[in-house]
Amino acid sequence: MGEPAPPAPDPAGDRSPWNWLLIIPIVVPLIPALFNAIEPKLFGFPLFYWLQLAFIVLGVTTTTVVYQMTKRRGAASGGDR
Amino acid sequence: MWKNVHVVELVVFAVLFVAVSAMGFVAARWRRPATMEHLDEWGLGGRNFGSWITWFLIGGDLYTAYTFVAVPALVFGAGALGFYAVPYTIILYPIFFLILIRLWSVSHKHRLVTPADFVRVRFGSPTLALLVAITGIVATMPYIALQLVGIEAVLKTIGLTGDSTVARHLPIIIAFAILAAYTYQSGLRAPALIAFVKDSLIYVVILAAIIILPTKLGGWDGIFSAADAKFQASANPADGVLLNANNQLQYISLALGSALALFLYPHSVTGVLASKNRNVIKRNMSALPAYSLLLGLLALLGFAAIAAKVTPLPGTKAPDTNTVVPLLFQGQFPAWFAGVAFAAIGIGALVPAAIMSIAAANLFTRNIYREYLNKEATPAQEAKVSKITSLVVKVGALLCIILLDPQFSIDLQLIGGVIILQTLPSVAIGLFTRWFHKGALIAGWVAGMAFGMWMLYNVSNATRDHFAGSNFPLSKLGFDTKMTIYAGLVAVVANLVVAALGTVLLRAFKVADGTDGTARPDYFVDEDEPQGAATPTEAAVA
Repeated sequence: MGEPAPPAPDPAGDRSPWNWLLIIPIVVPLIPALFNAIEPKLFGFPLFYWLQLAFIVLGVTTTTVVYQMTKRRGAASGGDR
Repeated sequence: MWKNVHVVELVVFAVLFVAVSAMGFVAARWRRPATMEHLDEWGLGGRNFGSWITWFLIGGDLYTAYTFVAVPALVFGAGALGFYAVPYTIILYPIFFLILIRLWSVSHKHRLVTPADFVRVRFGSPTLALLVAITGIVATMPYIALQLVGIEAVLKTIGLTGDSTVARHLPIIIAFAILAAYTYQSGLRAPALIAFVKDSLIYVVILAAIIILPTKLGGWDGIFSAADAKFQASANPADGVLLNANNQLQYISLALGSALALFLYPHSVTGVLASKNRNVIKRNMSALPAYSLLLGLLALLGFAAIAAKVTPLPGTKAPDTNTVVPLLFQGQFPAWFAGVAFAAIGIGALVPAAIMSIAAANLFTRNIYREYLNKEATPAQEAKVSKITSLVVKVGALLCIILLDPQFSIDLQLIGGVIILQTLPSVAIGLFTRWFHKGALIAGWVAGMAFGMWMLYNVSNATRDHFAGSNFPLSKLGFDTKMTIYAGLVAVVANLVVAALGTVLLRAFKVADGTDGTARPDYFVDEDEPQGAATPTEAAVA
């Protein structure tokens, strides 16, 4: 087979300790004990509903932090259109 | 042929639908490539979509019309259990973030188009790749059919329904013919462009509904108490505004299993591979949850429908709860606005249906046609075969709806989720480690499939003996409990156990393994780095 390309200049790959932060929004929404209750209510929403909707914010926050901390600088990044 | 048609709703629906279809045809000229006769162009939109387009495309791809009618329908019928869609779409993105980014890089480097392409080059096994491809195609077909179920729920509510087959299905055949034509012509550019309109409509409709409906139905307090009253009165022990001790495991295993299944579906991969670099994907993983918020609010419309005393339209056997949300809009809003909402759902079905048929067609082209029928296929031939296959796939989905009971499509979709999960070890785990032996992965796939089918076969409820859901009772495995669990997750665990034991055994007996055509750095490359051989299969074989 053809020899693989020479090793990339970045031998560390995409490993980053920041990635561990992503465990939080994967695990927290899977613990029913946290949200399976009516009280306290918020704007008429039982806890079950408003807290799980609030977990969306938790997910957005952690992925945004990890993105900001691991994105490649200097590259033609983002690509807004 | 059609009586009692809501004319204003129909006109608004039709006008928006036609306008969007015109966009679909024009899309071929959008960001026009030198040639459309290449799978990278027709099937992946040029692999060059930036953050905004990717956001609309993947959002339009993952949050389908069926989701938009079925999730509120589930909440309407069962309460809290239906809300699983929210944790499901929260945990999705961190998982996507870690896994798909690697798939994008290795696919960029080796010019891969499908998940089965990856398996082919990673494990050097055409057989394993074929299994992954077939699994993907089989799982995708009923998913496309369900998009039609979504459109049908709307058409039925408008009044385009009747006793004869023609009266019931003609509108959907027309809609699908239009969809097939512009997908054939414009490829992935069509759904990418249409997704802008679809999502804008959906956002407007849902925000209006969430703000206006509570004022009409006694506030959220009133809506939740109406729901609570309904579930208290019902005989079903599994429903309620909260989970009970027996369905919590079902709730979280369904959320986790569905999230793991979603990125294995070929159409998710297609959306991701069409983006132009790693940062686009990462940025999207933090922006896409905006849709989850939408979905969560939409799910609550199921409770609003209870408070509004909506009675679902009759289905073939049981009441068709998918009509709950359309009926809610019809009852609570002016006809023109209901028309806009219906168009949002209808157009919402076209975007994922187009992407799914493209993804299934690419699987056929790359992993069956090119692998087994014409090894020397040129890019133009590949594009041609994919275009034709996309038509075949859509006809197949249409036949599912016309010939089979819609309930059967829903069952097939349920099975689809369980079977697509069986590609997890080779596709997702394969992105991180090459430890598994190709033969063991095949054995694991077989075991997971068989076990998954056996479990689904043994799920019964009051009205049906088999295939009555994915909530497998643990008592059937000998546990002394009434708890249920998502069958797909259990099946994939069995799959992993077999694959791991098989790997140890095959290694012990020194059975030859396939060659890995990828190198570690391939999983981190970005857009500005060189792409490898254009033909990964050859690289792996030579």
